[in-house]
Amino acid sequence: MGLTLMWLSLMILIPLAGLFVKTAELSLDQFIDIITSRRTLHALKISFGLSLAAAVVNLFAGLIIVWALVRYRFPGRRIFDAIVDIPFALPTAVAGIALTSLFAQKGWLGAPLAELGIKVAFTPLGIFLAMIFIGIPFVVRTVQPVLIDLDAELEEAAACLGASRWQTLTRVIIPSLTPAILTGFALAFARAVGEYGSVIFIAGNLPNVSEIAPLLIVIRLSEFRYADATAIAVIMLIVSFLIIFLLNRLQNWAQARALTAG
Amino acid sequence: MTIEVRNIIKRFGSFTALDNVDLRVDTGELVALLGPSGSGKTTLLRIIAGLDWPDSGSVAFDGEDALSRGAGERHVGFVFQHYALFRHMSVFENVAFGLRVQPRRVRKSEDQIRARVKELLDLVQLDWLADRYPNQLSGGQRQRIALARALAIEPRILLLDEPFGALDAKVRKELRKWLRTLHEEIHVTSLFVTHDQEEALEVANRVVVMDKGRIEQIGTPGDVYERPASAFVHSFIGESIVLPVEVREGRVRLGDRELALDSSDARPGPSKLFIRRHDLAIGPAGSGALEGAVKHVRSFGPTQRADVLLNAGGEGTLIEIDAPRDRELKPGDLVGLQPRRYRIFAETA
Amino acid sequence: MTVVTTTPIPRFEVAARQTAKSRRDVRSEPWLVRWLIIGFAVTFLTVFVVLPLMLVFSEAFAKGIGYYLQTLSDPEALAAIRLTLLTAAISVGLNLVFGVIAAWAIAKFEFRGKTFLVTLIDLPFSVSPVISGLVFVLLFGAQGFFGPWLASHGIQILFAVPAIVLATTFVTFPFVARELIPLMQEQGAQEEEAAISLGASGWQTFWRVTLPNIKWGLLYGVLLCNARAMGEFGAVSVVSGHIRGETNTMPLLVEILYNEYQMVAAFAIASLLAFLALVTLVVKTILESQIKEGRPPSDD
Repeated sequence: MGLTLMWLSLMILIPLAGLFVKTAELSLDQFIDIITSRRTLHALKISFGLSLAAAVVNLFAGLIIVWALVRYRFPGRRIFDAIVDIPFALPTAVAGIALTSLFAQKGWLGAPLAELGIKVAFTPLGIFLAMIFIGIPFVVRTVQPVLIDLDAELEEAAACLGASRWQTLTRVIIPSLTPAILTGFALAFARAVGEYGSVIFIAGNLPNVSEIAPLLIVIRLSEFRYADATAIAVIMLIVSFLIIFLLNRLQNWAQARALTAG
Repeated sequence: MTIEVRNIIKRFGSFTALDNVDLRVDTGELVALLGPSGSGKTTLLRIIAGLDWPDSGSVAFDGEDALSRGAGERHVGFVFQHYALFRHMSVFENVAFGLRVQPRRVRKSEDQIRARVKELLDLVQLDWLADRYPNQLSGGQRQRIALARALAIEPRILLLDEPFGALDAKVRKELRKWLRTLHEEIHVTSLFVTHDQEEALEVANRVVVMDKGRIEQIGTPGDVYERPASAFVHSFIGESIVLPVEVREGRVRLGDRELALDSSDARPGPSKLFIRRHDLAIGPAGSGALEGAVKHVRSFGPTQRADVLLNAGGEGTLIEIDAPRDRELKPGDLVGLQPRRYRIFAETA
Repeated sequence: MTVVTTTPIPRFEVAARQTAKSRRDVRSEPWLVRWLIIGFAVTFLTVFVVLPLMLVFSEAFAKGIGYYLQTLSDPEALAAIRLTLLTAAISVGLNLVFGVIAAWAIAKFEFRGKTFLVTLIDLPFSVSPVISGLVFVLLFGAQGFFGPWLASHGIQILFAVPAIVLATTFVTFPFVARELIPLMQEQGAQEEEAAISLGASGWQTFWRVTLPNIKWGLLYGVLLCNARAMGEFGAVSVVSGHIRGETNTMPLLVEILYNEYQMVAAFAIASLLAFLALVTLVVKTILESQIKEGRPPSDD
């Protein structure tokens, strides 16, 4: 026990404490100056805004994918089910260069898109797509088991009571999946906010255009502006903590509801 | 509303769940589908509800084809074995669900919905639970809410799948009585599935006994108990003493012993003799069609129970009989046993 | 003259044309909707997952297998592979030992601050890898807390292998413990109590009862931990210093080569990592079925 706590402290607590101690060396004014500078604000806006948008896309896309994987039988279903985990298992740098080459102007998908006048690589759109890529397993894997376990009788009851299939979906199935959907959404969002490797290659990294917050931290570090880097990190951490907190609340709420005995 | 089921056949792969089933339920009846698991009773119920479709045959409500309609269009109230309450909705919203999903042009106003739900919750005596969630209710309460929800759409037929299956014994007894009373009050044609004979006999007006996808007998609780139509019904309902006998030239033989029993309506060949335990009169040796030696006596409650080794040649057959407490029985006694009532069914291959 | 035929008003509003449509499972959707959903799922996964993966291998072998092998046997590539293997070995080893202990403490004992401990273990999952790297820079960097002391003693941690190992260990910390906690909680303490009551020592109980019960879960955790350790980019990138041939792990080398437009070389290294990911997924699928069945494989 003591060993566990010691190891945890060594590996996690001390490093994190260091972060906050470092921030405390800054005065409040300095801190505010750093995080409200145009470049920082823009990077935070890009990171959080695009992550949110990507998580929303993942929420809907994930739901449709889960539905297809769980409810239907089609050729290759098991393979598609297995590869949902690829974005999670593939090293981020590999994903980053692969996505970039795929959507580059001469890439497999970038070329046809360029014909349509859509530029993906080295724009915020590219960041957005990379964030969708890394987020999709989180939604699929949290919702999938819940949909599998969803009692068939619920849908039958709704049908017997005269509900259309759409009403059954929106009033019975989706509400039953909501806790899992929200958990998956939050996980996908948190991952996208902090993501670095998958995003920086395709981002183009133009300050005030397509620069994400984690990259700005790296840049500040390489400029030895540790205080700036730390301030941005602290803001990101606080938001991450809030997300974890909300997640736990969500899960408690879901558990309270889920106790209905069969 | 009458239900008429004709020639229903339903297969799941190579398994025949329903094998040419015919059934007619009259308006206002409360009918039990009774059978062991795998007898096809739930499948029949689901076909009537529109949750499953037969491979062939017809289902008609009041003479109108029901199979051309989906589950939502049949106006059938279905109470699921595990209640299937919507756990994210309050009790009130669960009951109101069927009213809220109606097409806009026929949907009731919010006030009407409230009044109707209140009425239903009063009917099941749970109006004080309206704001609770399903997970805050006991099993019996959930069951009654599920019933109220099914009744909300003013169903023409009420179907219940093992309505008391998931409840403990005490609650089950209470709810049985309650369901009967409720049925007398609302009088909607009802059909419930059960594997519990006591439940079927106690609650239903008529009992449909099923086995292996076929209907074995349809009759009042008295009928199926007193006049079982088949060996299966006799052994499934009530406790029976079963003896392997042989019917030959109008006589009944148990082992090498000929029994003085009338076999005029029995077919020749290997058969089974069924006797209800309480239909066996005990007398001195030589007083009955059966004879045997008492091996062991146990007394409890108002009766005593004895193991009797029937004298039938060979090793004999051990049976368990009930005797009044005041009748003196001890191991070694020779007794004569006379069946007041019995049935002989030919052995089916 | 017109003949007026009166048709009886149907009791239900449903017309006969719906017959075929309503004759179906109430839990299913119309044919068209079904195929639209499947089509969307397949297209989405193909664009976002299958194509990038195919691209990695296609680019890696763009100049033939000979060139591919030549790229991988470049001294710089070999150094990166060695460093990645070394880092993964140390990190996985540390997290294996402490993951088991932490999971054991959390699953089998009740104590104050347990929830806090669980949250702490989860933390590296929800922190940006860049921030994970940053904390080590703050600790060991020239301006960091221990930096000056380390410098005066001639110990190099940052921009050297120790920092890479530390950052990797930090990032992969949750995998083993996360996997084991629910498993051990589910199994409860009864078997251990039985073993102790039969006279086994604590150590014997652990080796003979606890460990066999969790071995598949443990392998699963180690597998994921290893995959992440070998593939970690953000955290390692911040602390490594990118010294070629010395502090470049495989993912870092991928970045450098890619930025130098050595596409084939970059994708060649990337293909190794992608292959690792695929193997991980396959083994993971096998392990999942083992955990589900709760018994060793049949050929065991």
